[in-house]
Amino acid sequence: MSAALEQASAAGAQPEPMRAASDSAALEVHDVTVRHGEVEILRDLSFRLPPRRLLAIIGPNGAGKSTLVRLLLGLIEPLRGEVKVFGRPAGSEPQRIGYVPQLKTFDRSFPATALELVVSGSRRTWPAWISRTERTAASEALERVGAERLTNRALARLSGGELQRAFLARALVRRPDLVILDEPATGVDFLAEHDLNRLLDGYRHDAAATVVMVTHDLAAARHHASDVLVLNRVAIGFGPPERAMTAACLERAYGHVGHDHSSVVP
Amino acid sequence: MTELASMLDYAFMQRAFVGGAAIAVMAGLLGVFVVQRGLAFLGDGLAHASFGGIALGALVAYASAAEGLLAQPLWIALPFTLAAALAIAWVRDRTRLSSDTAIGVFFAVSVALGVLFLSRIPPDRNVVDVWHLLFGSILAVGRDDLTIILVTASLVTALLLAGWSRLGYATFDAELAASDGVPVRTLDYALFALAAIAVVVSAQVVGIVLMAAYLVIPAAAARLAARSLRTMTIGAVAIGLSSTIVGLAASYLVDVPSGSAIILLQAAMFLVAVLQRRS
Repeated sequence: MSAALEQASAAGAQPEPMRAASDSAALEVHDVTVRHGEVEILRDLSFRLPPRRLLAIIGPNGAGKSTLVRLLLGLIEPLRGEVKVFGRPAGSEPQRIGYVPQLKTFDRSFPATALELVVSGSRRTWPAWISRTERTAASEALERVGAERLTNRALARLSGGELQRAFLARALVRRPDLVILDEPATGVDFLAEHDLNRLLDGYRHDAAATVVMVTHDLAAARHHASDVLVLNRVAIGFGPPERAMTAACLERAYGHVGHDHSSVVP
Repeated sequence: MTELASMLDYAFMQRAFVGGAAIAVMAGLLGVFVVQRGLAFLGDGLAHASFGGIALGALVAYASAAEGLLAQPLWIALPFTLAAALAIAWVRDRTRLSSDTAIGVFFAVSVALGVLFLSRIPPDRNVVDVWHLLFGSILAVGRDDLTIILVTASLVTALLLAGWSRLGYATFDAELAASDGVPVRTLDYALFALAAIAVVVSAQVVGIVLMAAYLVIPAAAARLAARSLRTMTIGAVAIGLSSTIVGLAASYLVDVPSGSAIILLQAAMFLVAVLQRRS
């Protein structure tokens, strides 16, 4: 593990002082309540995730999963409570987080190539021109996700699965300590589930990174996550899959137990 | 050929070229973000908001019996249009109404206010020429006009170039940009404010119709032909500049209205961009 850590810092991803906090929890969510107008989206949510874990966040539509992602990214402030990422307030170290958004919210007609998309991830602004170093780093990231042939392709010409790979490369190019994925759709035309999990596991071990994934795929959560948060406005279960994903917890979250099987992608 | 060269002997032609080029660069840069964010209606909306501001400026000048430079409606029109632009951004932000809806409301209110303000000025004292405000004349750019245009265009162009990477990121995806610490909301307001300044200053001189064209058509044509935001930006400026130069030369040679010539040339380039995309 320490070899992987050295490798990560040798790649220049981490200025030294930021390492100090990495012995504490990767995520600390303490008594968080979020309201949108009169509607309570999250209530008294608390959990603590050590580094280098893979956390799956599951729950029905409207459970507050995306709201939790936005809290972790520092995009919204809770009404009450505290959200810390690597021991510091959420949003204070964006360079340590690689975020893969929901693809359905994204405008495909934007004039850009996959290369530019990936470079926007390392530079954290939109590139007007691209240096040789940036190009090399972007190519490596695209290669890691098996998409090197897409480098100069326009975003409008990528399939759903190809676009997802490009966004994943964009998140990984900055060698983040935390990867956050909001509902990476799997299935037809999208990145096959086992590919995604293999890629994430590979990166997690290479870079000693933590992964947080919002998912509808309960089978994937059960088999690949080290920890699962069962969410429906409150935390219904948290812990290793076998402890958090009990029939009782799932029934409380989804209303009926059968949902576990009906939502599994064959 | 000698005829083409001789047109530059006229000071009014020189001013038209320089002023038109400055507006083309500024509006082309702005247009990239305006078009890519689906705000094409913003140029028209702000131009009409500036009508309300100019009418108010004329009323204030009449009522206060101001003269000379102080009587310039621009001093009132500029803050008035700026306020309208920020109000549009604020309403959009607060209510989640679409931009077009928010713009449409302020568009109508500003024109109504403009007509109301003008009705308070006796017809024989009215200095606002509505026809000129709509269609302007790039050939009638005076020395003071040119100074104001050059100062404004330099300022707006410098700010847009300085903010290009961040504006581009926020335009690509506001949430991603915000998660990377880009001040997305501030940039939204800044873009609206810069558009207001550009529109009110240019529309006073070249007219509402030509300014709206400069803001939308070059960027839209470049959008169709470009594969990246950078080439779209360069293309929008190039189309704006070339349509200005060729349009002015054409209007000099064959005696057609210069504004019409410029807009029709831009439209022709837009058509070419549409056709090349199909093939």
